[in-house]
Amino acid sequence: MPSTREIRRRIRSVRNMSQITRAMEMVSASKMRRAQQNVTASRPYSERIEEVIADLSAIELDADEMNQFPLLQQREVKRSAVILITPDKGLTGSLNSNIIRRATRYVLHEANVPVEVIAAGKKGRDFMIRTHQEIAAEFTAIGDRPTLDDIRPIVEVALNDFESGKVDAVYVVYAKFVNTLSQVPEARQVLPIRRPEGRGTYTDYIFEPSPVEVLNALLPRYIEVQVYQAMLESIASEHSARMVAMRNATENAKDLVTDLSLSYNKARQSQITREVSEIAAGANALR
Amino acid sequence: MASVDKLTVEIVTGERIVFTEENVDMVVAPGIEGSLGILPHHAPLVTLLSEGELRITKAGHEESIVVFGGFMEVTGDRVIVLADTAERAEEIDLARAEAARQTAERSLRERGPGGVQDLAVAERAMARSAVRLRIGQRRAGRRVPTIGSGSDN
Repeated sequence: MPSTREIRRRIRSVRNMSQITRAMEMVSASKMRRAQQNVTASRPYSERIEEVIADLSAIELDADEMNQFPLLQQREVKRSAVILITPDKGLTGSLNSNIIRRATRYVLHEANVPVEVIAAGKKGRDFMIRTHQEIAAEFTAIGDRPTLDDIRPIVEVALNDFESGKVDAVYVVYAKFVNTLSQVPEARQVLPIRRPEGRGTYTDYIFEPSPVEVLNALLPRYIEVQVYQAMLESIASEHSARMVAMRNATENAKDLVTDLSLSYNKARQSQITREVSEIAAGANALR
Repeated sequence: MASVDKLTVEIVTGERIVFTEENVDMVVAPGIEGSLGILPHHAPLVTLLSEGELRITKAGHEESIVVFGGFMEVTGDRVIVLADTAERAEEIDLARAEAARQTAERSLRERGPGGVQDLAVAERAMARSAVRLRIGQRRAGRRVPTIGSGSDN
């Protein structure tokens, strides 16, 4: 039986911890709100660009013209790349390992070809280095409010490798933000671009300067936006996962304090009882 | 409701919706091959945008937006602008733009060891700040009422 002093010390340290986790929960809560707003704010752009591409997909392209759009080319996949978006930090409950598990499943079972990893985020990078995967590029410290400019280098690597023929498909693995309690790791193909179903009503577009130049400017932007969106969702997922994890930690600490207080009181009481009986015994002996 | 012979305009960037308005009479955009005006019933069009001022006219009022590159799609009476960067004229921070212009000027003059790439970056920064300044200053001098901004400026 630990002494009352030891128990008291533990209670104090658990209380301190719960204060920290509660503070972290609140920080994550406000960051999460911010991140969710960013996800919502960036959605219109990706919806519109998708619409524009869908509009343009009504235009028929023959094989010759198709060759001018390398990003649309479906080749036999001999190598693929995966952009792995993870948080830089831990304390996110099971989120990090879920994302990494999803990526691992892709690399080991689904790809069936050699895979190179473009790591965005420290946790994913560390895991891939530890397991001796091929890392094409790594990006860390992206921050909580990335702009399109911040993720452009990531997309650049993927585009270069795809256009040079080093890889024939590019996937993004990220944590899709469903709601505060649920984040689903997802693997989504971004390259080659699958043209959305043609819903375009017009086929006689005027292009300035030319169809080839417009599409070749538009398509990379489309990839950027998809990766950007995935990044923002991952950030929202990270903060909500951390918020929930920290809330659980705070609850656990509270339970622990209750248990410890009970043992403390028991220990105190038995100590008092012992002292009383010792005094009584002493008094008896003197009589 | 948008009526038949008016335009619906949406200007979005990757980060946010900059401007959206219905019942617009005319849009003048900085196309890559020169300024182009869009009136209702324009033929379907997709164009690259350069840097410059995008003007939107609605019921005699004019709204001015700076765009830096991007795309514009016109279908029927809908104008979608996917800008790389865009700001409403009244959002332009003149002091910051001026500071940016001076920095760009200095790095152009002193031309560091970075070579061609640095030069291109500086020239771009220079052009951007010049556009911001031009439009921002004109707006500050004019003080016209703008669409949809009410009394908040």
